Amino acid sequence: MHRFALHRVWDTRGEAEKMTALLTPRNVLLAVLLAFLALLPVYSTLTGNYFLMSLFTRILILAMAAVSLNLIMGFGGMVSFGHAAYLGIGGYAVGILAKEGINSAFVQWPVALLASGLFALGVGALCLRTRGVYFIMITLAFAQMVYYVAIGLDRYGGDDGLTIHKRSQFFDSVNLSNRAFFYYLCFALLLLAVYVVWRLVNSRFGMVIQGARSNERRMRAIGFPVFRYKLVCFVISGVMCGLAGILLANHTDFISPALMFWTRSGDLMVMAVLGGMGTVFGPVIGSIAFLLLEEGLSQFTEFQGIILGPMLLAVALYARGGIDGILMGLRRG
Amino acid sequence: MSKIMKRTLLAGCAAAALAALAAAPAMAQQKTIKIGFISTFSGPVAAIGNDMRQSFELGLDHLGRKLGGLPVEVIYEDDQLKPEVGVQKTQKLIESDKVDFVVGYIWSNVALASLKPLVDSKTFTIITNAGASQISGELCSPYVFTTSWNNDQTPQAVGLYMNQKNVKTAFLIGPNYAAGKDMLEGVASTFKGQIIGRELTLWPNQLDFSAELSKARAAKPEAIFAFYPGGAGIQFVTQYAQSGLKGQIPLYTAFTIDELSLPRLKDLAVGIPGAQQWVNDLPNDANKKYVADYKAKYKSSPSFYGSQTYDAAALIDSGLKAVKGDMSKKDELRKALEKADFKSVRGNFKFGPNHIPIQNFYLQEAVKEGDDYRLKTVATIVENDQDKHVGKCKMPN
Amino acid sequence: MLYLIEQCLNGIQLGMLLFLLAAGLTLIFGIMDLVNLAHGSLYMIGAYFAATFAAVTGSFVLGAILALVATLVVGMALEVIAIRRLYGRDHLDHVLGTFGLLLFFNELVRLIWGPAGMTLPLPSEMLTAVQVLPGVYYPAYRLVIIVATLVVALLLYVLVMRTRVGMLIRAGASNREMVGALGVNVKLLYTLVFGLGAALAGFAGLMQAPILTVQIGMGENILILAFVVIIIGGIGSIRGAFVAAIIVGLIDTMGRAFLPDLVRQFVSYSAGSSLGPSLSSMIIYMLMAAVLVFRPEGLFPASSK
Repeated sequence: MHRFALHRVWDTRGEAEKMTALLTPRNVLLAVLLAFLALLPVYSTLTGNYFLMSLFTRILILAMAAVSLNLIMGFGGMVSFGHAAYLGIGGYAVGILAKEGINSAFVQWPVALLASGLFALGVGALCLRTRGVYFIMITLAFAQMVYYVAIGLDRYGGDDGLTIHKRSQFFDSVNLSNRAFFYYLCFALLLLAVYVVWRLVNSRFGMVIQGARSNERRMRAIGFPVFRYKLVCFVISGVMCGLAGILLANHTDFISPALMFWTRSGDLMVMAVLGGMGTVFGPVIGSIAFLLLEEGLSQFTEFQGIILGPMLLAVALYARGGIDGILMGLRRG
Repeated sequence: MSKIMKRTLLAGCAAAALAALAAAPAMAQQKTIKIGFISTFSGPVAAIGNDMRQSFELGLDHLGRKLGGLPVEVIYEDDQLKPEVGVQKTQKLIESDKVDFVVGYIWSNVALASLKPLVDSKTFTIITNAGASQISGELCSPYVFTTSWNNDQTPQAVGLYMNQKNVKTAFLIGPNYAAGKDMLEGVASTFKGQIIGRELTLWPNQLDFSAELSKARAAKPEAIFAFYPGGAGIQFVTQYAQSGLKGQIPLYTAFTIDELSLPRLKDLAVGIPGAQQWVNDLPNDANKKYVADYKAKYKSSPSFYGSQTYDAAALIDSGLKAVKGDMSKKDELRKALEKADFKSVRGNFKFGPNHIPIQNFYLQEAVKEGDDYRLKTVATIVENDQDKHVGKCKMPN
Repeated sequence: MLYLIEQCLNGIQLGMLLFLLAAGLTLIFGIMDLVNLAHGSLYMIGAYFAATFAAVTGSFVLGAILALVATLVVGMALEVIAIRRLYGRDHLDHVLGTFGLLLFFNELVRLIWGPAGMTLPLPSEMLTAVQVLPGVYYPAYRLVIIVATLVVALLLYVLVMRTRVGMLIRAGASNREMVGALGVNVKLLYTLVFGLGAALAGFAGLMQAPILTVQIGMGENILILAFVVIIIGGIGSIRGAFVAAIIVGLIDTMGRAFLPDLVRQFVSYSAGSSLGPSLSSMIIYMLMAAVLVFRPEGLFPASSK
């Protein structure tokens, strides 16, 4: 049954009814959404509207970052206010290596993932000693540190950022500059990330992480090395976000410290929460909603914040489940 | 009315209608020239973006709202002073709006970040301010033209002027981004005295220069050179005055005092020299018309940012006229643009092989005339100056 | 040596500004347990009000007073309309909700005042430097900032330590439930504290306005620094905020003054110019991280004051 339950959501409060009908409004919507995402490049290529594909490539990449944040924030209760740092580390690893003439993805990608992972390991080892709002603040502090490191890198553009003249090279047949190909690569990697998160949270490992969120002391008393579990979770999330950073650098052909400014971390949090924290697909929905809203509103009005801001407040106050939560509510209604 | 007449009338109407129908597709085929315009329209430097937009619009007005005989559509985009936003907007203009030309760019770092999509898509680009050395040198492109200057030319002129004034020691300060680095390099390359301090401050967020001004005071130089464009210039000159340095150590500037900041700085700016390739009082007909019409239309004085952008409209027009509006003739259009066959507001205008103008640089000073403050040409510092990066440009044919 | 004194004054002046922001933030954090990312927006609004009222009245001082009152009103209204609903919620909700408010205020200001920003010109007698010590000149206006903030700090001290409201505030910071249990009108107390915090932030904004430009998003950088200050000082502790603000102000200024030259000894000139200033910012965050790891309750925990 596992395979079919992909769109089932782990709900800590409710009991899991694995056999409920799959044809809930939410699941139908999700299926439509996935079909739309899968067919978008076809439409773009036929109509010549490459901007749409470019926009959605960006959305898919940031969705992956939001999915990774959701793993620690939604399931693990570790509210990281510095997740954009990993986007930057992944991106800068690609950019720096490209600047030094190393374009092979077989070097760039492992280095970027390793760097993200090591940074997450170091930061996590320190941050996970703190709780609550202190955790929020210390993750923020580390992200700001990386932000200033990037500004200090004169050779790699400092504040001005760095243009990546050549995208990561795989084989001759694989060309990341091909828009449709790159889109599908991002799409596939996003689905993979969602799958990984889903497998993780439904595993024993995931149970411990979620158990620790509601009551860490109890989990420790049962005999789980909670700290180590959380650290591993934190590192997985960092690596996943680092992957998003690799893709983002390849997508925009440009990286700059602004990628890691604290408001960008805020954006990622918003995406995760808007869609619905603690559900595997929530952040994907949230990213699409947030970025489309941002892009769409900017077409109609300069004053996006007037609408977006109060909406966030409303989500914080009244709709903790986010969009996904509302959709799931439809089934009961 | 007779039947025959009615019939003729009817037939006439029908014929007219048919003709109109037939003409409709022909009308639709008449191409519109689409121009994407990137500048900063928000934040403390929005004044620059507005001046550029207004000058471009005025340029189009003067050309009868047509470029090369074709109607024009301009799409304005705000880069918010951020390189990453600039790239995104550039990509949007190219991919979504499919513009024929991209015009604008105030900031070197924004222009540098946006360069790759522009060059990759072979979009004709007229940079109307940002003068990053890389674009004049190794990153030069057949499709990218600049109506302003290379960053280091203006400060080079300031350096020469400081030599004339017999300055022996100087303290240099500017923001830490592509242009700031170029500017300080520029002044250092011509200034013959000793440079006893050089500071780069965080851009664009650092606007408090207390630590740097204290440092300058302690270094006891004979002169301070500063480059702070836009709102930062107002802050720098104000804080320079607040710190009591005015009157003790003279200030020399590049792109720090302009027609946009002068109304806000007023007395604080009077007597502070700077260099520029265009000043509002340059005595040529094109310039007189531009300045007078700008003042009449917008009730303020145009700045050098505007003058360069006004030139861009005329440049595009000259190119499109040469190819009769046929955008597909890319090589011919490029050759036509290289000729720069238009009347520039700075007088003679000619491109070097790297598409950077070869031009004069003037000494300008803020003066008070009655209750009015304005910038005035004092002298010509250097004539027909060509940037020093041209040798690094391998322009493909 | 004289140079060092001048740089110290610069650092203290920045510290004073940070203190004004951090004092409100730490009170709100300590008493209502609220993470308020919109605090920087109140700083921005204070500056906009000051620039507007000064232009209307033609007087800097009158403009500043009006701006202070207006920011206080906006702060209390904000508390009643929105902030109040966030009390007792998860910190994540605070971050999200007040981040939304931050976006909202940025756009609201753009809608009202336009995108271009404003300047607040100083009276001409403020445009000079005064001799504070033999050989040490210091901008007159920056001295005004230092003195005014010291006065505000003193008033705040008297308010918190010597009045009944202050007693409740202190009690609230160390034990929130108890204050409510004692029958104090907690709702009103919270609104007042939030308004007080807003007014302090607004005061910081209007004092800084003549030095910097009044612009959208001006609070975003300094807000994070203010958070650093309250974490280092200890959440809820005004004394901690004061000391930490001066520490952070000094590190930032001294870093900018001395680090570039120091770094240039080891790396190229241009690399040093980039690395120096960013290093001084990094040190601040390292200090914050170190405090969080080794002394999470801060240097001056609120409960022990």
